[in-house]
Amino acid sequence: MNVNYIASLITVVVLFLIAYVGTQVVGLQVLFGIVIPYLALVVFLAGFIARVLNWARSPVPFRIPTTCGQQKSLPWIPSATVDNPSTTGGVIARMAVEILLFRSLFRNTKARLKGGERLSYEWEKWLWLAALIFHYAFFTVIVRHFRFFLEPVPAPLKWLQSVDGFLQIGLPGVLISGFALLAAVIFLFLRRVFIPQVRYISLASDYFPLFLIMGIAVSGIFMRYITKVDVVSVKALTMGLITFKPVLPETVGGLFYGHFFLVSVLLAYFPFSKLMHLGGIFMSPTRNLANTSREIRHINPWNYPVKVHTYEEYEDEFREKMVEAGLPVEKEPATGTSQEKE
Amino acid sequence: MNNTKTLYDGGKVITGLVIFVILVTLPFWYNHGKAAPEPQPQLTAKAKAEKACVRPKSIMKATHMQILNGWRNNVVRNARRIWETADGKRFNMSLSKTCLDCHSNKEKFCDTCHNYAAVAPYCWDCHIDKVKEAKE
Repeated sequence: MNVNYIASLITVVVLFLIAYVGTQVVGLQVLFGIVIPYLALVVFLAGFIARVLNWARSPVPFRIPTTCGQQKSLPWIPSATVDNPSTTGGVIARMAVEILLFRSLFRNTKARLKGGERLSYEWEKWLWLAALIFHYAFFTVIVRHFRFFLEPVPAPLKWLQSVDGFLQIGLPGVLISGFALLAAVIFLFLRRVFIPQVRYISLASDYFPLFLIMGIAVSGIFMRYITKVDVVSVKALTMGLITFKPVLPETVGGLFYGHFFLVSVLLAYFPFSKLMHLGGIFMSPTRNLANTSREIRHINPWNYPVKVHTYEEYEDEFREKMVEAGLPVEKEPATGTSQEKE
Repeated sequence: MNNTKTLYDGGKVITGLVIFVILVTLPFWYNHGKAAPEPQPQLTAKAKAEKACVRPKSIMKATHMQILNGWRNNVVRNARRIWETADGKRFNMSLSKTCLDCHSNKEKFCDTCHNYAAVAPYCWDCHIDKVKEAKE
C-alpha cells in the first residue's frame, strides 16, 4: 500500500461517482454535459498555449543537444547524422524518430548486480513497447472518437475504424485500440508498483493520469460492449456541444456522464501536469537543436559588455616598473621619455 | 513563470501552436455551427401495424446488435431457430426473414443511424435487404 496510488485511485473513483450521482440522482446534466466540457476545453487550450509560450520565452543561447553518436568533424570520420545531427534535416529526422518511434526510450537499459558482484546493463524493451502501444492506441482511440464530433463522418475515419475492428469479433465488433490502451496503461501502472526503484520515484502525479486514463478506457469499454448506450443520442449530445446548440437527450445515462466527466478532468488537468510532454517534446532543446557547437561559434546574444584589460594595456601601464625589475617586455620603452601616459 | 518578453523562435512556436489549436478545434470548423439533424428512422406500414418489436424500443435501440449476434450463434452453431420473448411470443431467428420482413426499408431505417454513428455492420456483406433484392 502506498498513499500515492491509493489516493489517486480513490480520486478517480470519486470523480466518476460525482458525475454519476450528480446526473442520476441530483439531475445536474447541464453541469456535467454542457458547462464542464466547455470549461475543460477552454482550460486545456489556454493552459496549453500559456505553457508552450512560457517555454518559448526561456532562452537557449547555446547548443545543448544530447549527443547519441559520433559528432560531425573531419570528413573521413563517419558521423551519426540522425543521433547527433549537425543539419536541420538531421534534426527533423531525429525529432520524427523520437516522436513517432520513441528512439530515446529504445535505449532504455536495466542496471543490476549480476551474481551480487558484477554490474550489468541489460536490454529492457518492455517499457518502450508498452509506451509505444499506449500512445498509438490512445491516439487511435481519440481519432476514432471524432466520429461523434463530425457530421458527415469523413471516409478516412471509417477506414481507421474498419482497420481497428478488423478482427470482427462479436457485435459490436471489438476495436483493438481500446483494449490495447487498457492493457498498456495497466502495464505502465504495474511497472510503477512492482519495480522498487520506479515505485520510489513515483508520485501521485504519476499515478493519477494513469488511473484517469484507465477509468476512461474502462467506462468506454463498458458503454460499448457491456451496459450499452444509445449511441445516436450520445452523438446528438456531442454534436449539440460543437454546434453551440447543446441538447441533453434523456436516454443518455450516468455511465456516459461519468466517462465524459473523466475526459473533461483529463483535458483540464492536462496543461498543469506531466502530460504536457505532448507539447514539451517539440520544445526540448536537448533534441531539437543541431549539434554545431564546434562548427559555428555561438555567442550569447545578451552577453554583458565585459570590461577587459589586455596584456598590451597592462604592459603600457607597468612597462617602466617591469624594466626596472628586470622583467622581459614585448615593447622596449622609448628612450628619453620617462613618463608615457595616455 | 517567465517574465522576459522575448519569444525565442517565435515564428516556429506560433506556427506549431496554430496548427495544434486548429486540430483540436477541428470539429467546430468542420461543422461550422450547423446542427446536423438527429436521424429519424422510419417505420414501414407493416412495422407500425405490428406495434412491438421483439424487445422494447429502448432496448432494441441500444442492444439490437447483441441480440442479432446471439441469434447468429444460436442458428449457425446450435441449430436452434426459435426465439421466445419474455411474454411468450415466438420468432424465427433470422435477420432477413424476421427483422427485414417488417423493416424492409433499410435505407430509411437501419442506415439512418448507422451512417450517423459511422457504423458499418458487416451483416450486409451477406444479408441483402428485401427492397434491393426485389429490384435486382
